[in-house]
Amino acid sequence: MKPTNYKDPEYFHKVVDCQYACPAHTPVPHYIRLIAAGKYTEAYMVNWESNVFPGILGRTCDRPCEPACRRGRIEEEPVAICRLKRVASDFKDDIQQYLPEIPKTKNGKKIAIIGAGPAGLTVARDLAPLGYELHIYDDQGKGGGMMRSQIPSFRLPDSVLDQEVNVILDMDVIKHFNQYVTSLKSIVDEAYDAVFVATGAPKGKDLPNLPGRWDAKENIHIGIQWLANVAFEHTNKIGKRVLVLGGGNTAMDCCRTSRRLGGEEVKVLVRSPFKEMKASPWEKEDAMHEDIPILENHVPKSFISENGKLKGMFFEKVKAEYDEKGKRKLVPTGEPDVFIEADDVIIAIGQENRFEWIEKDLGVEFDEWDMPVVNETTFASTREGVFFGGDAALGPKNVITAVAQGHQAAISIDLYCHSKDINERPGPGVTLISTKMGIHEWSYDNGVSNDIRFVVPQADKKITLADRKKEVELGFDLKTAFKEAERCLNCDVQTVFTEDKCIECDACMDVCPTQCINFTENEDEQDLRAKLLIPAMNQDQDLLVSDVLKTGKVMVKDEDVCLHCGLCAERCPTAAWDMQKFMYNTAKAGC
Amino acid sequence: MSYIKPKFEHPRAPKNELGFTRKEYEGSLSTLCAGCGHDSISAAITDACFELAIEPHKVAKLSGIGCSSKTPAYFLNNSHGFNSVHGRMPSVATGANLANRDMVYLGVSGDGDSASIGFGQFAHVIRRNLNMTYIVMNNGCYGLTKGQDSATADHGSKSKSGHVNNFEGIDLCAIAIELGATYVAQSFSGDKNQLIPLIKAALSHSGFSFINVISPCVTFNNNLGSTKSYDYVREHNEALSTLDFVPVKEEIVTKYDDIEVKFVEMHDGTYIKLNKLHPEWNPEDKLSIINALQVARQKDEILTGLLYLDNNSIELNDLIGTVKTPLNTLTEKELCPGSVVLDGINASLR
Repeated sequence: MKPTNYKDPEYFHKVVDCQYACPAHTPVPHYIRLIAAGKYTEAYMVNWESNVFPGILGRTCDRPCEPACRRGRIEEEPVAICRLKRVASDFKDDIQQYLPEIPKTKNGKKIAIIGAGPAGLTVARDLAPLGYELHIYDDQGKGGGMMRSQIPSFRLPDSVLDQEVNVILDMDVIKHFNQYVTSLKSIVDEAYDAVFVATGAPKGKDLPNLPGRWDAKENIHIGIQWLANVAFEHTNKIGKRVLVLGGGNTAMDCCRTSRRLGGEEVKVLVRSPFKEMKASPWEKEDAMHEDIPILENHVPKSFISENGKLKGMFFEKVKAEYDEKGKRKLVPTGEPDVFIEADDVIIAIGQENRFEWIEKDLGVEFDEWDMPVVNETTFASTREGVFFGGDAALGPKNVITAVAQGHQAAISIDLYCHSKDINERPGPGVTLISTKMGIHEWSYDNGVSNDIRFVVPQADKKITLADRKKEVELGFDLKTAFKEAERCLNCDVQTVFTEDKCIECDACMDVCPTQCINFTENEDEQDLRAKLLIPAMNQDQDLLVSDVLKTGKVMVKDEDVCLHCGLCAERCPTAAWDMQKFMYNTAKAGC
Repeated sequence: MSYIKPKFEHPRAPKNELGFTRKEYEGSLSTLCAGCGHDSISAAITDACFELAIEPHKVAKLSGIGCSSKTPAYFLNNSHGFNSVHGRMPSVATGANLANRDMVYLGVSGDGDSASIGFGQFAHVIRRNLNMTYIVMNNGCYGLTKGQDSATADHGSKSKSGHVNNFEGIDLCAIAIELGATYVAQSFSGDKNQLIPLIKAALSHSGFSFINVISPCVTFNNNLGSTKSYDYVREHNEALSTLDFVPVKEEIVTKYDDIEVKFVEMHDGTYIKLNKLHPEWNPEDKLSIINALQVARQKDEILTGLLYLDNNSIELNDLIGTVKTPLNTLTEKELCPGSVVLDGINASLR
């Protein structure tokens, strides 16, 4: 193999598994260390700069970082990254002094943002400090988009949402709220320099052709619309027996909200096997904790009603079968259909985009699935000056993805407004600095904690089920937060090897607790992986390979389960190993 | 600040026949200088015991005084240990071995401990053919007292302070062969591929096994002009053979022109597979190895690998006919067999 190129920032970026997996590439270990040091405001601001909504995401993020966490590869559970983010938010001081200054004199460029959800607000936050005149349109009376309409208050209190949304709206953003944009042409005609479309995926999927669907439509609801009605207090009760159809996070929010609006026997019915449900495992747990059974392998067959009043539903029982490619097929078991009584049914089987307000002759092209043709890097549409982001761009994902896309779109808008090529993207800001302080002393806490993951405490079920707005999760206290933060392996403190200092004494290889360091003859990657002390089977993780050493061997380190404990550098007599803190900041608009 | 070994190990860490991972054979974190050759030898001992699947509680590790003699703290934390008086490890090992021949005895010593203060003890434990493995971590200097020349420093070797040694160095391997050691090997701490099989074979040998391991002192003897530095040893290392330790005999399938593959059977039924690199040398012929050592000295070469092996070795316990049962398991019944037996003994002496 060729020697690893340290100059390529992506090599070390990939070693920081959590940051690499995060769509916004938030420097996770960096802020976790700040939390451990009691610097909650700084930890919050590191998050704020990267993911804009730390308080919101610290409660509701899909957490792609956690399955990626290295800790999950050396023991059972990853670090509770998401809930540590919440700690930063819960214990921060006033952040006003750290916020960017908004220029009084604008730069003469006028931008329309359609949709005040996570993507739209991110673009506003990135462009406001640069002096843009920002006009933000939304059909709701407050900003937040789906974070307000679809995430129930018992998961995300209004106060947290309002605080983080208002920080952005207070950046001289001109609000056009309570205004549903019915025509993109009308916006384009208003002489904006650029338009950002972030209208989300506001249409819940229905089962329009299921027998009986329209016989008792008062009692059959569409998940996200129903959640929005609850959030805006148009709906405040539901029947005692509720069926929720669907296995995603919206279904989990619907069933739990039902429990708070009078639902006593709430059931979730999923077509797929339980373990293949789309909902996050912790959301399923929370639902079951609130006495909501999840019935797997039930395919809805028909709604049954009497005199316009819903009686229940029939379901066909199926089982999952897999072909040799692992593709799933749901096959009826042959058992008689199951009838389940219900007063109300909530259909939460997915959501779709809505683009009938975009005129077909504007030059914004749509593909065969009626999705806009959007460049996945620049988020530009086929019409110059019109950009897309969030669920409206590439289909429904999650808040953190919307934020990441917002950052990229903001960069494109800024480049575009300055007549620069939007395809020439600014690179990340990268630093690599030694953490050595002295003998046995590093500027990071290199000891590896043996604690297992701490559980976030929850409020008493009696209280939370009685009050829709009472937050269920209480968040870590500071003592637990510190211990959980100490579980972080500091993967951003990199093992940097300098071959011309190495005397090949093997000290690093001998001391490495996970035996990831090897001195061996060089080979092709696969041969090298196979012949290491412990073969490097995890192909997703790279090998750190040195140039040829004096004896003709090379140093090969399997990054897979490196604990970043620093013992290799500690035992190196010539400082050929050094623990260097790697900082990777994705570019933002104006950088 | 933290200087603690994490308890985590590789999730796919291999297990030996006993179901143990290497972790079960490791010791505490070393407090020797970073880069010390001794740490590599500790790691090689750990690997050898792990691979041989020795039950850790069946091992007694013994040492004297010095940097090398600190190392038993850094390997085999689950084994028995005895850190004895300077140079007196052989006496303790002898006593222990005679009291319980069921254990694996592993002595660790240094050039000061064995070639100076303990030279007398070293000589006598060899000539008695005590069943033990005796490893000398040889760095040619007194590292613990700031690097003065030791008795194994080679004539002409230069110390870190620039002083040149004018005395002849003691060749521990030649002495061991001369005094009747039945397994003698020499190796280098920076060559684990060679060292680990040598340790495994030594542990399997019945009788006195001696391994002299050149182990650079990074702090006081790794300078230009030293004959025990990493660079010097690598440049002057002349391997007599490459060898593998094989638990069961394999079929001999190859025979190259210049490399002779030779299987040597050990007492316990295991084998050493030797790829001889020097055709004139025969590991079972004392004369050929004494000759090879002399020639190597003239050519400034350091001969490494297995040097000498006597497979007809009879270890001390068998030589003097000690009881097979460990003393601590003998009961009053065996120790006081009664007047009938005593009468018999008395009668035999009349």
